[in-house]
Amino acid sequence: MLDLSIQIISIISFVGGVFFILTGSIGLIRLPDVFSRIHAAGMIDTAGASFIILGMILQSGFSLITAKLVFIGIFIFFTSPITGHVTANLARKKGVIPIGKTKGKTL
Amino acid sequence: MINSKSIALFLFLLGFWLLMSGHYTVLITSLGVISCLLCVYLTIKGNFLDNETIPIYFFPRLIQYTIWLIKEIFISNITTAKVILSKSEEPELFSVKATQKTNEGKVTYANSITLTPGTVTTQIKDNVFEVHALTKEFGDDVRGSEMDRMVTWLEKGK
Repeated sequence: MLDLSIQIISIISFVGGVFFILTGSIGLIRLPDVFSRIHAAGMIDTAGASFIILGMILQSGFSLITAKLVFIGIFIFFTSPITGHVTANLARKKGVIPIGKTKGKTL
Repeated sequence: MINSKSIALFLFLLGFWLLMSGHYTVLITSLGVISCLLCVYLTIKGNFLDNETIPIYFFPRLIQYTIWLIKEIFISNITTAKVILSKSEEPELFSVKATQKTNEGKVTYANSITLTPGTVTTQIKDNVFEVHALTKEFGDDVRGSEMDRMVTWLEKGK
């Protein structure tokens, strides 16, 4: 019974991860400019990756692999904002003008 | 040379080494301990061991902050998915002031903004952050500065 419920929760989190990755990919193509597309990529990095890793943790059972998967998740959480920030920063420095409103004084 | 920072770094490295290894014989574990000691020695020799490497004063409140951040990330993920699927994006660019005093606090705040989908820090100058938001609601979230207060609270420690 416990086995079955763990399997069901694992499958639900896999489906959630697939949903977020698919939505993020749609956003990556559909959104208008580079700054907006970073938001979609950030969604794949956070929700997509962590739901998939959660599903894998439930599948693996409690062992050393669980700890390794948790560390993969932590490293993704530490590195993904860096890539997002570097992309946005470089686009700003190269003079890409963002679509939409600009409020107040910007740097 | 031996202070709380070097001990914390050694314990982190050793714990990570033990997790990645999976073999716990005397020979292999002692090799791991020696390599961790060597790493800590080189870090001290190279003068890397400061508050930026091991922000030790973050630790007491780190777990509570992480739980809060994961909750925020989950909520804004759902909102971003809604925005993407309903084609209701109206991007905006604005500046906010950060109230953190240390560099580590500012980095944590900027990374937390970027980690939350829907908002990205594009540039930082002193304590002014330039933020790009996917919709007006995300922009209001950042301007409401709840996250700013949380990071300042985390930075104070204890």
